[in-house]
Amino acid sequence: MPWHRQHLLTLEELSVAEIGQIHATAAAFKAILQRNVKKVPAMRGKTIVNLFLEPSTRTRLAFEMAAKRLSADVISFDAASSSTQKGETLRDTAQNLQALNADMIVLRHGASGSPLYLSRLLDIPVINAGDGAHEHPTQGLLDTFTMVEHFGSLRGRKVAILGDVLFSRVARSNIHALTKMGAAVTLVGPSTLVPAWFEDFGVTVSHDLKSALADAEVVMLLRIQHERQSSSHFPSLGEYTGMFGLNKTRASWLHPRAIIMHPGPINRGVEIDSELADGERSVILEQVSNGIAIRMAVLYLCSGGQPEAVVSSTE
Amino acid sequence: MADLWISNARVIDPASRRNAVGDLFVRGGRMVAALSRAQRRSARRIDGRGLVACPGLVDIHVHFREPGQTHKETIGTGSRAAAAGGFTTVVCMPNTVPPADNAGTIQFIKDAVVRDAVVKIYPTGGITVGLKGQVLAPIGSLKRAGIVAITDDGDCVQSNELMRRALEYAKMFDLPLMDHCQDQSMTQGAVMNEGVVSTRLGLRGWPHAAEDLIVARDVILSELTGARVHLQHISSRHSVGLIRRAKARGVRITAEATPHHFTLTEEALVGYDTNFKMNPPLRTEADRRAIIAGLRDGTLDCIATDHAPHTDHEKDCEFDYAPNGIIGLETALAVSLETLVRRGKFKLPQVVDLLTRRPAAILGLPAGTLVPGAAADICLFDPRKAWRYDARNGFSKSANSPWHGRTLTGRVVTTIVDGRVVFANGKVA
Repeated sequence: MPWHRQHLLTLEELSVAEIGQIHATAAAFKAILQRNVKKVPAMRGKTIVNLFLEPSTRTRLAFEMAAKRLSADVISFDAASSSTQKGETLRDTAQNLQALNADMIVLRHGASGSPLYLSRLLDIPVINAGDGAHEHPTQGLLDTFTMVEHFGSLRGRKVAILGDVLFSRVARSNIHALTKMGAAVTLVGPSTLVPAWFEDFGVTVSHDLKSALADAEVVMLLRIQHERQSSSHFPSLGEYTGMFGLNKTRASWLHPRAIIMHPGPINRGVEIDSELADGERSVILEQVSNGIAIRMAVLYLCSGGQPEAVVSSTE
Repeated sequence: MADLWISNARVIDPASRRNAVGDLFVRGGRMVAALSRAQRRSARRIDGRGLVACPGLVDIHVHFREPGQTHKETIGTGSRAAAAGGFTTVVCMPNTVPPADNAGTIQFIKDAVVRDAVVKIYPTGGITVGLKGQVLAPIGSLKRAGIVAITDDGDCVQSNELMRRALEYAKMFDLPLMDHCQDQSMTQGAVMNEGVVSTRLGLRGWPHAAEDLIVARDVILSELTGARVHLQHISSRHSVGLIRRAKARGVRITAEATPHHFTLTEEALVGYDTNFKMNPPLRTEADRRAIIAGLRDGTLDCIATDHAPHTDHEKDCEFDYAPNGIIGLETALAVSLETLVRRGKFKLPQVVDLLTRRPAAILGLPAGTLVPGAAADICLFDPRKAWRYDARNGFSKSANSPWHGRTLTGRVVTTIVDGRVVFANGKVA
């Protein structure tokens, strides 16, 4: 099946077959990344612009690294250095980038829906690198890729997503991908951060950590955002850690084979004990490494590459 | 001014319970029962066959942006949009720049109305200075300057104490208070209804409870003070219930509903189209149905548009950053006919009533009827005419409409103000 999408805006709109194509392409790139020469000429002569209008370190670095591994030219700029600070609109910024002959835009933006908005304005591909509390599709792809590496099929496997789900784009993208792939997803956290509306996504909503973690094969932690402390969503970081922080005792409730995931950045001692974050069940750094292969796959496919071409080149 | 003779129209005048094919006569800018044979010969005759003739429509909630934001709309362009939509009387909100919180600004608006408007426009004044919710505006001077109500519009007064005093004070002048019901502490950063759809879209939710709380507060304070409160653009089914129960025990409140809240739901936001972004937000199908039920049983008193123009460049941006509001004057009648008459099985005179006599009655405006002696403000429309609405070719200065490009049924043919034709066959006179 050929890849036909120009943009990657959400995982909600992808089919399970498309997710599989991205995963297969990423697996092929991952093999290349383990060679001595880690670079392929797939996007030579193309220019990718990382338009990061909200602060980000790891996502931006991973996209940059991915672009470089594909031999693309990459330009990154962030909110502080962009003319949006001078009042330029997203429309004008993006149209300028297109006029400068950019071939693709990777957008990180604090406003939900802005990648869709941008994709309607431009002729070139738009890749969503996180929009507000909406989606972070490449994170969902790399997380499910990491799970598949560990478990093979995700059908029927219990995945617990723990923490600030309400404001999390990572959670939403993972929920869409995981439910499509047949996993049994439980969301858990304080009732203010995990509202019952999420049941509409086809997941279980729980506020009881023990039953949510029981026999889960994956626990995915979400960052507790310090800035939320000033709002009324929970009393204090201390109380959060007391009620929902992942520690050794609580980790023992998990399935014996369980892995611990976190999209980063981690608040050690808040949502997870340091020991567990660095422990043998933690796949947090694998997620980061896989993030490069996934982003290579997404950049490659959305620029017109076909999955078979990469997969066969590595066989 | 020539006499007018509108012949063979279906005349609907809820105030006189008239609903039959017949003629209307105008002399000296007023409705008259008949014209003499000689007068008829010299009268300008308008053939009303196939048309409905009703009182000119009345909208007690519009934003004409003058002074200060005339790039969005002016009193002139807004009044033309009103005329094109069959409206002959509108009430404009005080959130201009500067706000209409003083007699001087009211006088400025009245001068612009005399100079530029083709329909009747009544101003409202702020409840508080700068619409900031801190200090009472000079309500007595505003009344003397000609306002018909006080309101802080989108900046709902948050202090219950201040609201209580505003109501007590305004009662002295028999001025109704119009309230946009929103507890701001619950809606920080909110851009759409809170629920399943906002959760899916990752947009900050505006819970219906933030409206319900203020509706309940206003009911309680109206009871305490005996002052009249008019609740603007009700969007929540729970608010409809609160109003119904309050009215049943005689509280002096009235309420309005907009065509968008009784026609559209939050599902329309799935594409992040900013022309569906307004405040209060579109809500659920259950809310939409409750609003229609409220209009049907009289819990909600009238239809108002909340006509809120914004330019393309203001609306063309990320959803979170777009200003709230849509225009509505040119589509209100057709949308109301579609939703309430064709789908909702309302009788046509009931919808005419909601757009004429009843909004006029809320603010005591001399409008909304065709009885002899009344001002000759008349709307003639073809209830079956299908037309494609092109907001860019409309009369408003802005085009921020969710109905742009849609085919609507029911079109205004002629609008008459004080016996003068101000809109006919697609043109403003």
